[in-house]
Amino acid sequence: MILFWQGLVKLAKFVSLQDAVLDVMTDGLCVALEGFTHLIPHASAHEIIRKGFKNLTLVRMTPDIIYDQMIGMGCASKLIFSYAGNPGVGLLRRLRDAVENQWPVPLEIEEHSHAAMANAYEAGAASMPCALFKGYLGAELRQVNPNIKMIFCPFTGEELAVVPSIRPDVSFIHAQKADRKGNVLIEGIIGVQKEAVLSAAKSVVTVEEIIEDFETHPNAVILPHWTIDYIAEVPGAAHPSYAQGYYARDNAAYKEWDTISANRELYLKWMAEHVMQQTPDVFAERVRFTNPQSK
Amino acid sequence: MIAVMNNYSERNEFTSYEMMTIAASRMLKSDDVCFVGIGAPSAACNVARLSHAPDITLIYESGTIGTAPDILPLSIGDGELCDTALTTVSVPEMFRYWLQGGHVTIGFLGAAQIDKFGNINTTIIGDYHNPKIRLPGGGGAPEIASQAGQIFVTMKQSLRSMVPKIDFFTSYGHGNGYNDRQKLGIKTTGPTALITDLAIWKSHPETKEFIVTNLHPGVSKEDVQKNCGWEVTFGELVTTTPLPSAIELDVLRELHRRTNASHRRL
Repeated sequence: MILFWQGLVKLAKFVSLQDAVLDVMTDGLCVALEGFTHLIPHASAHEIIRKGFKNLTLVRMTPDIIYDQMIGMGCASKLIFSYAGNPGVGLLRRLRDAVENQWPVPLEIEEHSHAAMANAYEAGAASMPCALFKGYLGAELRQVNPNIKMIFCPFTGEELAVVPSIRPDVSFIHAQKADRKGNVLIEGIIGVQKEAVLSAAKSVVTVEEIIEDFETHPNAVILPHWTIDYIAEVPGAAHPSYAQGYYARDNAAYKEWDTISANRELYLKWMAEHVMQQTPDVFAERVRFTNPQSK
Repeated sequence: MIAVMNNYSERNEFTSYEMMTIAASRMLKSDDVCFVGIGAPSAACNVARLSHAPDITLIYESGTIGTAPDILPLSIGDGELCDTALTTVSVPEMFRYWLQGGHVTIGFLGAAQIDKFGNINTTIIGDYHNPKIRLPGGGGAPEIASQAGQIFVTMKQSLRSMVPKIDFFTSYGHGNGYNDRQKLGIKTTGPTALITDLAIWKSHPETKEFIVTNLHPGVSKEDVQKNCGWEVTFGELVTTTPLPSAIELDVLRELHRRTNASHRRL
């Protein structure tokens, strides 16, 4: 098979998360770490923070704790998003501090709706320059975000919204399983992860485990090995998010984040202890596996 | 707590939050396909499912269709939602095929700020480029508001939340009333009901302004006006919201008991 697209055929390589991050990342890239509540790539975010990358454009529909952590450590200069909250708990306090007080560095924001971001990822995966959808009718984001345009359907005259497609330099996702060839299986709430990988120039996938063969059904969501650059086995890598079939969401940790992130000093102390002085191995100790086969 | 003497109810005490949630749940029917916002809407939708509307289809924007959680999810994507769903689809499919495709009959939303025409702000307090308070933003709401068949809103009343003019039009309701919505090319009905901790409000069929049709037990018209930033219009016949039944209260309290136990640090 010949692919004429940017990435050509990839060969998924099994590496440590540290090596994967060092290879794909530089300052100033456009990076997506996706996960819609489920399978959020926390370990990858922490590795990027530890390596000290700066000036990143961060893309994510629901920038929750991990982007709050990255923004608070000064990794980002721009955020493209559609819902910036700690779901069910409240606001993102490090993001607010950056937007309202430019701490620790100023943060430019480009704000969309979920429908726009979902369409923009899908357009990116489909190699389209933009995404077309029925949206933003009466919504004031049109007035404050110049990347939202309206056009008229050439066939019906209906007014439609257009946004640029999302094409990250690097996408990071977390998934349940990879097989020995590097094919990746993702199950449960799958969000925009398939689109995030297929729209990106490079992709890094952390997985709960590497197994011989998937035993699954014909419509399983599988990213073939030739769509992925690096795979790192990091059990527990989604904590305090969850991995369906492996461990549950640590809702208490999401509630505790509200207190930790409320104060700059407390936040920095917490980050030093729980992120800067750690390695990806620590994630396996943070979750309680419900799957008896898991480590 | 509001104490109400009533011979027909086994429970004679309930909170204004419980009254709001139960009144909101009664708006829903078994044949509804409801797109559920997190927080107060989620509790109301699940009380409906566990009491009078057992066959209702609940959809959360994380992609879960026909979900039946035993506990209230903290986020819109808790594993409980996927475990109990009829099917789980990707987020692009959710917004394109199911919402934009016109398969959702009710969108149930909350709001940080609302005006009397059901326009909602969940984005910002103050100026967008120089905000006093940066709120989470719209998420799915801008398109739920324009694409679900009709919109119910549930929220606590206060002078801060029910305002003459919202700071930002996150999700469009009826604009300045009348047929403003249709003029923008929006084909769905828009907000039809607002259920607060004090009253039930319905959109006037012509002006589209929210009109108080029911006061919750023990609540006066003055209470409603004191906690609302615009001059309230009351319907010609304002009745008292029926008391929560013993079954409704049991369902809601059990739901919260199971939820709290599940969200505790183990």
